Amino acid sequence: MADTGYGRRKLINRTMLSLCAIAAGLSIIVLALILGYTLVQGISSLDIDFLMQAAKPMGEAGGGMRDEIFGTLILVTLGTLISLPVGLMAGIFVAEFAGPRIATAVQFSADILAGVPSIVVGVFAYAVLVRPMHSYSALSAGVALAVIMIPIVARTAEESLRLVPNFQREAALALGITRWRAIIGVIIPGALTGIVTGVMLGVARIAGETAPLIFTALGSQFGVQGLLKPIGALPLQIYRYAMSPDPDWHKQAWAAAFLLMLLVLGISILVRVVSRRRSI
Amino acid sequence: MLKNSSGFGRSGHLADKIFPRLTMVFALLIVVLLAGILIVLNIDAFPAIRKFWLSFLVSTSWDPVKEQFGALPAIYGTLLSSLLALVIAVPVSLGAAIFLSELSPRWLKGPASLLIELLAAIPSVIIGLWGLFVLVPVVRNPIESWLGSKLGFLPFFQGPPFGVGFLAAGIILAIMIIPIITALSRDALSAVPNQQREAMLALGATRWETIRRTVLPYCRSGLIGAMILGLGRALGETMAVTMVIGNGYKLTASLFSPGTTIASKIAAEFAEADSQLFIASLVELALVLFAVTLVVNVIARLLVWRLTAVKEARE
Amino acid sequence: MIDKSNQDTVQTCEIPGEEVPEGSGILKVRGLNAWYDSTKAIKNISLSIPEKAITAIIGPSGCGKSTFIRCLNRMHEVSHGGRVEGCVLLDGKDIYARDVDPVAIRRRIGMVFQKPAPFPTMSIFDNVSAGLRLTRVWSRRWELEEIVERSLRQAALWDEVKDKLGQSGSSLSGGQQQRLCIARAMAVEPEIILLDEPCSALDPAATLKIEDLMRNLADRYTIVIVTHNMQQAARVSDMAAFFLADTDRTGILIEFGPTSQLFTNPKDKRTEDYITGRFG
Repeated sequence: MADTGYGRRKLINRTMLSLCAIAAGLSIIVLALILGYTLVQGISSLDIDFLMQAAKPMGEAGGGMRDEIFGTLILVTLGTLISLPVGLMAGIFVAEFAGPRIATAVQFSADILAGVPSIVVGVFAYAVLVRPMHSYSALSAGVALAVIMIPIVARTAEESLRLVPNFQREAALALGITRWRAIIGVIIPGALTGIVTGVMLGVARIAGETAPLIFTALGSQFGVQGLLKPIGALPLQIYRYAMSPDPDWHKQAWAAAFLLMLLVLGISILVRVVSRRRSI
Repeated sequence: MLKNSSGFGRSGHLADKIFPRLTMVFALLIVVLLAGILIVLNIDAFPAIRKFWLSFLVSTSWDPVKEQFGALPAIYGTLLSSLLALVIAVPVSLGAAIFLSELSPRWLKGPASLLIELLAAIPSVIIGLWGLFVLVPVVRNPIESWLGSKLGFLPFFQGPPFGVGFLAAGIILAIMIIPIITALSRDALSAVPNQQREAMLALGATRWETIRRTVLPYCRSGLIGAMILGLGRALGETMAVTMVIGNGYKLTASLFSPGTTIASKIAAEFAEADSQLFIASLVELALVLFAVTLVVNVIARLLVWRLTAVKEARE
Repeated sequence: MIDKSNQDTVQTCEIPGEEVPEGSGILKVRGLNAWYDSTKAIKNISLSIPEKAITAIIGPSGCGKSTFIRCLNRMHEVSHGGRVEGCVLLDGKDIYARDVDPVAIRRRIGMVFQKPAPFPTMSIFDNVSAGLRLTRVWSRRWELEEIVERSLRQAALWDEVKDKLGQSGSSLSGGQQQRLCIARAMAVEPEIILLDEPCSALDPAATLKIEDLMRNLADRYTIVIVTHNMQQAARVSDMAAFFLADTDRTGILIEFGPTSQLFTNPKDKRTEDYITGRFG
């Protein structure tokens, strides 16, 4: 009797553990499928024209996404320029100056802000910038992306600064330099790798964001016109092209997806490999 | 000539007084931003709030021409797709987390975790693209046709197999939230002290029984927190869902039916919104979404923070 | 880590009639008390530190030696909950007076810590010149080079590193790192150098090098060294102060006098017990 019971338990054990392994494998298989399709479809549609030409209207063959590539680069730069000082200063405040209660309040707010759906951020940017300015603009898109990126930069900066050992702070102060010079000249350089990691993670995140751009950048048929005018971007174009009935546009959407994937995954892998190596 | 400062200096450097205050301003900006979003959304949604009051949440008609805006199907769609995503994602994530934390050999843990995290890094619009052109045809045939023919007596699997619809949306959302639930669950499982496992095994339990009866219950609140965070992510997800859910607008139990989520409604209709009330209604939708994800995220954070606090108290 | 300077003491510290020339580097301590939050660490310490000599602070661990020395350059208040009452007179003026700038004090009274703490992101050259670069006291590059070479020579490190000034500070051995920190402290030309157990993390050979260094430096600087190594104190110092923990666990000064006298003919029985190794 005991034998049958044990046999059954062993069977359940084997089954469940195998299911767990299958579950893990499934996730990786899905990743491979997505990456694989994007790679294959994307490369076959990617050519020099794609990189160099502006978009053509629907139905006309050819055309590329030159302006949208520029647009993505511009918007990412804008978002980074705005979010970097804000996130870094906030991180410095929490790590170096804040008392425990304010620190918790700021950290909690940053975590919550990170969880706000990006489409809500887009609507917010629309209400605050696009409406009053009566125009869609690269600037409002940059602000929206910055709002998404700020919590990432702030949290990573704070954690990196905390990791700088205290005796270095004291050694700096004992030289007779002011607190703020000690922070900028000694402590931030000591935390620089972590801070840069945070910025890169933020860049990877906002490069792929689409929803906020619908309400702020809008997309442009006239190329890049300046910061106060609408602007196109890769993710936005992927969305529009994918939802259209034009098969040529579908091909271009894959090519754009491939490019975007290269950028985003390239940064993500780089960051994770570097930080794993450091923690070992 | 090098000037050495002897003497006692002036008290207090100006920069040392300003710098901390300056950093505080930026830090508080984050808090202000959060509050600002809430306030601004309320202001811009006000025309719709004032006109519809609670009927906004329970009415099912969305008619720009007649200026009648009711959000119930969108709310329903959001909940249905997110729930479906959870139903699919939780077992898979939990299984993967158990594998990563308990079963996998040491050399595999790092690379496998990295790969699953990479799934989270893929932009939503690319997953949507893949979903639209690769997943949806598969959902249409064989998945939906098989389900329809074998289990068509259930209301969930009735209706023509379009491919796009709630089922595809649920699957896509599941793919998107699996990485975050897996990562957090794996962390929770890894935090369970080894003595717990060893005690069970010493009693003659199998690996699975140890996991099921000791490890999982021990970190229960962390696991639940992970799932709720995943839910929060699913509720707010926009692009991938918009591309595969098909844009239907009625309350139906059929998973094959095209549907809408709050996020997809806002994204899809924004370009056409012309009237003041139309825009205000879309903003009100954003407000509803903001409120729901806020509540869900706060609950999840509190659960996870509580778990860390309890752990620290134990140590 | 918020700076809290002593604001409440109204007592006058200056002793009328005592004329002290400015810049002489003479340090007098009167009635010094220090706390960590509500725990008192040292009680009512009074002594006069002779200039251009080596004073050793000795005693068993936990009797407030480090706390005491950190009060001398206003580093104690940098620690969490650090609070000071009493007088520390430099040139006859209280460094804890309300209008005194702690940063200026720390430039005149330098400190070397127990754990060698070169700034890891800086080269050897940048480490030594850190105190100057971060306060913009220098005006030309060659001035910096002069000062760096002079400081490294004074720290008996120049010959060992003159060819690798651009390398990272952490590439040196422990003893070399500590001499680097000494050079760094000297680059800002203090009058007094405080050393908090500088050799406890070093091997005997490196320790001897640093002791030699200190004897050379005593010609030009006033040196105060905390050490739990009695033999080191006997070898190196001119004056010695013996600290002990009182019944309420606060540190008090038992005896202060010439080293030779303290070691051969101590006035207090507790000193004698410690010297002869009956405890501690």
